[in-house]
Parts: sequence; structure tokens; C-alpha cells
Amino acid sequence: MNYNATEKGYYGEFGGAYIPEMLYPNVEELRQNYLKIMAEPDFKKEFDQLLKDYVGRPSPLYFAKRLSEKYNTKVYLKREDLNHTGAHKVNNTIGQILMAKRLNKTRIIAETGAGQHGVATATVCALMGMQCVVYMGEIDIARQAPNVARMKMLGAEVRPALSGSKTLKDATNEAIRDWINNPVDTHYIIGSAIGPHPYPDMVTRFQSIISEEIKWQLKEKEGRENPDYIVACIGGGSNAAGTYYHFLHESEVGIIAVEAAGKGIHSGESAATSALGKEGIIHGCKTLLMQTPDGQITEPYSISAGLDYPGVGPLHSHLYKTGRGEFYSATDDEAMTSGLELTQLEGIIPAIETSHALAIFKHKTFKPDDIVVISLSGRGDKDLDNYIKYFKL
Amino acid sequence: MLSRSLCYFIMFNQYLILFKMNRINKKMQENKKLLSIYFTAGYPSINDTVKIIQDLESSGIDMIEIGLPFSDPLADGPTIQNSSTAALKNGMTTKVLFDQLKDIRKTVSIPLILMGYFNPMLQYGVEAFCEKCNEIGIDGLIMPDLPLDVYQEKYEAVFKKNNLKNIFLITPQTSDARIKQIDEASDAFIYMVSTASVTGSKSGFGTEQTKYFERISAMQLNNPQIVGFGINNSETFKQATDFTKGAIIGSAFIKHLTENGVETISSFVKGIR
Repeated sequence: MNYNATEKGYYGEFGGAYIPEMLYPNVEELRQNYLKIMAEPDFKKEFDQLLKDYVGRPSPLYFAKRLSEKYNTKVYLKREDLNHTGAHKVNNTIGQILMAKRLNKTRIIAETGAGQHGVATATVCALMGMQCVVYMGEIDIARQAPNVARMKMLGAEVRPALSGSKTLKDATNEAIRDWINNPVDTHYIIGSAIGPHPYPDMVTRFQSIISEEIKWQLKEKEGRENPDYIVACIGGGSNAAGTYYHFLHESEVGIIAVEAAGKGIHSGESAATSALGKEGIIHGCKTLLMQTPDGQITEPYSISAGLDYPGVGPLHSHLYKTGRGEFYSATDDEAMTSGLELTQLEGIIPAIETSHALAIFKHKTFKPDDIVVISLSGRGDKDLDNYIKYFKL
Repeated sequence: MLSRSLCYFIMFNQYLILFKMNRINKKMQENKKLLSIYFTAGYPSINDTVKIIQDLESSGIDMIEIGLPFSDPLADGPTIQNSSTAALKNGMTTKVLFDQLKDIRKTVSIPLILMGYFNPMLQYGVEAFCEKCNEIGIDGLIMPDLPLDVYQEKYEAVFKKNNLKNIFLITPQTSDARIKQIDEASDAFIYMVSTASVTGSKSGFGTEQTKYFERISAMQLNNPQIVGFGINNSETFKQATDFTKGAIIGSAFIKHLTENGVETISSFVKGIR
């Protein structure tokens, strides 16, 4: 089985580029150039240098002793929360801004849910002196205030998405409309492994540094490159795609995805796409998405703004459909208590998105000698308000 | 040897097919500039669809794009987005629309085109959707997010089998090579998006548009071009059709419906021509 994108951007039956003609020149330009540019020695050098000196990579692979004891297995945390800007998102924005420069673009747009991708985009725009507009759902602007302030301080304009559920899906719609209106000077930095080809593949490749590092770090610590399980939370699925990438074809590595069940898969307030979704088209790609029988995209719900998305990247749909990935979902409550547990066992406050991955222990029991690597995709500073409210701290 | 009656039968069938295939093509042959109107089915009220179509035809409109509302219309500005949201709230679905249209050919003879996004069509089933359109007497489809290559690879045959013309878009950024490719793949007209924008965002054309209209006109394409996006009054209609076969009005008509309801459609049309 092949888990990489084909030339037309398909993972099995999922992926492709279902875009209106208005977007065709931009997307086609990117498709024709992204692999070539990524392979250029100059590009690689600049990308690697920035990841090292600016982002602070490699991010540590940390053996979580007390968490391991509690669940009687060996847990390693891949510390993407220690990256500059506090999440894995910056790996991709560094890559894409370098790409945009080589395509002679001068203006950057992005969508954001939790604000992590927005901050990571605003950051690289400040770094490169480029104009930056970030679209964010009105509801997310309210629940992620610190990140909104951060983006503004970095010089970005944050435009509220006022349509639909006023969350990530709608922010993405607005960003796409902006790109239609500004076809010449603008590059759209998509933050997740979604969108028309080549975005899912490009974002996955930029994020694949996560699994590349896990391999050599685990070799150093355990004498072997492959863990027994690799776990990540999934909204659109960028941290998951990067965390899985170098293990996709290593059949002895179990791939585990944790989606956001919201108030329960069948509560009507959920974002558990693999359980509730059906094949369809969202934001330019064919993938699993939550929709009515009539094909209208339904409003998702999760306490986590970053997972509050009705679709999932086409790679993940493929992993689900082929059975290569094991898919679970964690409710708001399970995620929040898992986040607090990590805080108190290891002294790490995770992003609420990440807390969903940590909730895997509520759903699956591992063997004592299993090595389980969890992507600690982001830190929880931005979520303090929500933690305070939830736990009445 | 074929018997004479069988010959007649075959000729009659061919005549029928020809007749059916050509409602849009025939319209394109008419010696005038065409005015086409887009509206969102299910807006302002769920049961306005048939009345709007009939009133548009009796007001002298040449062709109608019936919008199948979608929850996430990527290529549309706020006016059509809002009408789509309202239409969905009113209960519009693909099935409801097909039911409303089932007798439309008893009263309406101008070309009717369904315009929507691909996902609802995909969920209905592409083949079933096309068959239903054929049965009703729909002449063509505009699915902006169904790309040319996917259409040709997977769906062209089923469109053709059901006498449906697929209408493609071009924009000021579309390369000459791609325009030629789209022209080859088309057999009705080319939907020429006037400016780089979503629907309803700009009004009035500048020299940039004029140059674009001239450039496309000079390409001597096989298919006539109908301009859409940014046409909202008689002046922009005239500008758009100086170099093309016709123009489509969408957002401005929706705004008219929002402000004046469905009783004054003919006055809107008179204001354009």
C-alpha cells in the first residue's frame, strides 16, 4: 500500500484539487514548483537553518517517567510545544514563506482556528517583512484572545470570519475568497494537511521533520528507530501527518489518531470526522467530511478551536479507510482531564488540541514494554482561560 | 435493408436528440446580445422557484442559471452566500428543487442551467443527478469546483449521455493555452469571469477589463462567451457585451429580490435592457 500522494495529489481515492477556475493559476503554479523548490540546495539550507536557529529544533523527545508509570507503558513526548511560537505549526509556515518568496509573492494570507497557525504565520511574515492577513472565525477570536493579541503585535491584520459557524471552516472559506480576489501577489499559507493538491502533500513534507527527528532520537534512547505506537490528535491533521510521515511504510509501527468527539460522538456537537463523516469535497479536496445527506457541510463542535473542523486531511481519510491508522475520539471532558493530568504528572501544560492525543490512555491499554510516542503538538498558555473556566481554578 | 418506417423512426429520434441538445446552442445563434439571470433556488421563499423562472422568461430574459444553494460557496461574495444560507434554512435541497422543476418545461422554453457546487451533486450521485436533469429538461450545468480534468476523466460521458452541456469558467488570469483547452472541451458557451473576484464584489469595468474582453475576442474561440461577475445595470451590461455574446447578472438580481420581493421582476429586467 502506498501512503504518499500521487502526482495529482491522491491518497487512494482521497485528495485531488477540486477548485474553481479562479484558483487554478495559483494552485497550478504551486503544483508545478513545490517539489522542485523544496529540493533546491539553497532552499533546504535556509529552511534547515531557520528551523535550527529560529525555531529551536530539534525539539526534544522526552521520556515521560511519571506518565509512563501511571499507565504502565513507555511514553515519550515529542516536544513540539517547545518550538518558537509554541506549537508544530511554525515548521510549515517557515517552509511556506520561503516558498512564497521564491514564487515572488509579497502578500500572505492564512486561516486559523486556535490561533497557533495564525501566530506562526504572522511570525514568519514579521521575520521576512511581508504583509500578513489572517482570517479567524469570530467565535475563535473570542476564545483565543491571547493569540489574537499576539498576531496583532506581530503586525498582522486579523479579519473575523462572520459566516457559518464562525470557526475554522469559515475562516478557511474567507481565506480562499481572499485568494480569489488577489490572484497575483498573494500566497495562501494553509496551516493544515488539507486543501487542494499540492497543499496536503506540501504541508505534510514540511511537518515531516517531526517524524524524521523521532527516528534518530528514539534510536539514541532506545536503540531502535521505530516505536510500537505513534499518537497524534487530528483536526485537519498537520501535526499528525508530520508525526506519522516517516512511519507510514513501517508496518510494525501502529498509527493512532485521536479526533475531537466534543460532547460525544452522537451528541450532535462533535468534530469526530472519521466516525461521522462521509466522502465528499471540502476546501478543494475529496476527503471524509461531516455533512447532511444532501451534501451540505455541517457545523462541527469541539472545545478545542484547533480541532473544530468538519473534515480531515485526505492522507488521514486514506489511513482510516485502509485501516492503516487506528482512529479514536476523545470528548471535551476526557481531553480536559488528560491535559490537567499531564500538567500535574509532568509539569507540562498542553494545548487543548494536544490534550485529545493524551486522552488515548482512556481508550487504549498499552503493554508495559510498548514504546508509545505522543506528539505534544502545542503548549497550553493560549488555553489558560479555558482551563481556568473548566476547572474553576 | 431497413424498412421505411424504421428509417423514419430513427430520423425522428435524431431530430429529437438534435432538438434537445440545442436549446443553449440555438439561443447562441440568435442575433442579439443575451441577458442571463442567476438566482438562488429557495430564496427569498422556498416556493418562489417556478414563479421566478416564469417571470424571468416573460420579462424577456434569454437564459436562466438556477442556483442550487451550498453551505460553503467558496467563489461567492456575501450576497449569494446569504441567499444560499437563507435558502437552506428555508428547506431547499437537491430533491426539493428537482420536485419543484418537474413540470417546468410545460411552461418555460428558454435554456435552463443548474449552477452549484460539486459536493451536493456528488452526494446525490452524479449519474442520478444528470439523469434527473435530463428528465426535467435542464440544458447545462455550471459546477465551478468540478475541475476540467476530473470532468473529462470521470463524468464527461454521463453528462453527454444526458444531453447536458458543462459550462466552464475562464478568468483574466487563465492562460491562453488553458483557454484553448477549455474551448475544446466546451460545446455551449464559455463563462467569462470579468474580474479576479468572488461574485458581487465589484461594479463597473475599467480599461483592464476592456483589454481582457478584447484579448479573448481576438482569440476567435469556437464557443461564444458570456460574461459574469460585476454586471449590475444597463451600463455594465452594455460594456460587457460589446465584445461578447451576452452577460449574466447574479448578485444584483438577488439584491433586487431581497429589497423588492418577487413581484417586480419585470421592472428589474427593463432597467437592464
